[in-house]
Amino acid sequence: MSYQERRAIVSVLSTAVIWGLYFSYMLQRYPEGNAYSPEVFKYWGTVFAILIPVTIVARILIIVLFSILNTIATRVEEPEFTDERDRLISLKATRNSTLVFIVGFALGMTTLAFDIPPVAMFIVFFISGVVSEMVSELSELYFYRRGV
Amino acid sequence: MRQIVIHNNVRRLRFNHDEMTQQQLAEQVGVTRQTIVAIEKEQYTPSLELAFRIAIVFNLPLEEVFYLEDAP
Repeated sequence: MSYQERRAIVSVLSTAVIWGLYFSYMLQRYPEGNAYSPEVFKYWGTVFAILIPVTIVARILIIVLFSILNTIATRVEEPEFTDERDRLISLKATRNSTLVFIVGFALGMTTLAFDIPPVAMFIVFFISGVVSEMVSELSELYFYRRGV
Repeated sequence: MRQIVIHNNVRRLRFNHDEMTQQQLAEQVGVTRQTIVAIEKEQYTPSLELAFRIAIVFNLPLEEVFYLEDAP
């Protein structure tokens, strides 16, 4: 298994763990009361605003740790650059991820159109964020293993 | 339109060139070793530029490194 394949597997697992832990932590702080109250909107704004730096920092730490452990275990250092195949795989993975997120966004908007409380829209956005992230990493894994 | 597949002789040519390693070829054409592995396994069709670079390393015309066949 190549470095890129191992990194993709670590990314998928770390995405599931980071988003899962974060969601379960934030769920405990969900404000009580009316589903349309300003507190609920403020809560979801905070959830997404904090999520971005949390995932970036956690991802950097996990990838650095993975690189160190991978080098120790395999005695093979990570590639120092990305070539045309890496860029093509990254582009295709981003395309798949974007498609999934667009579907999630449309679903979120649909919940509003059917008068479902906004909490459903935010949950759909959150889930489509996780799924699109994982689709990106699984796509990379697939293209590295099966060819592009 | 006729369906075609692209094959290559990279693996054979490496061995004919003093058993050149995948890493040595990768360094000469500016890609990672994994990309050379993928090309040899025919899991990746290189760009025209990379195909020419590989042909130049072996000092051969492009069609002697990469060739077309009708898809089964």
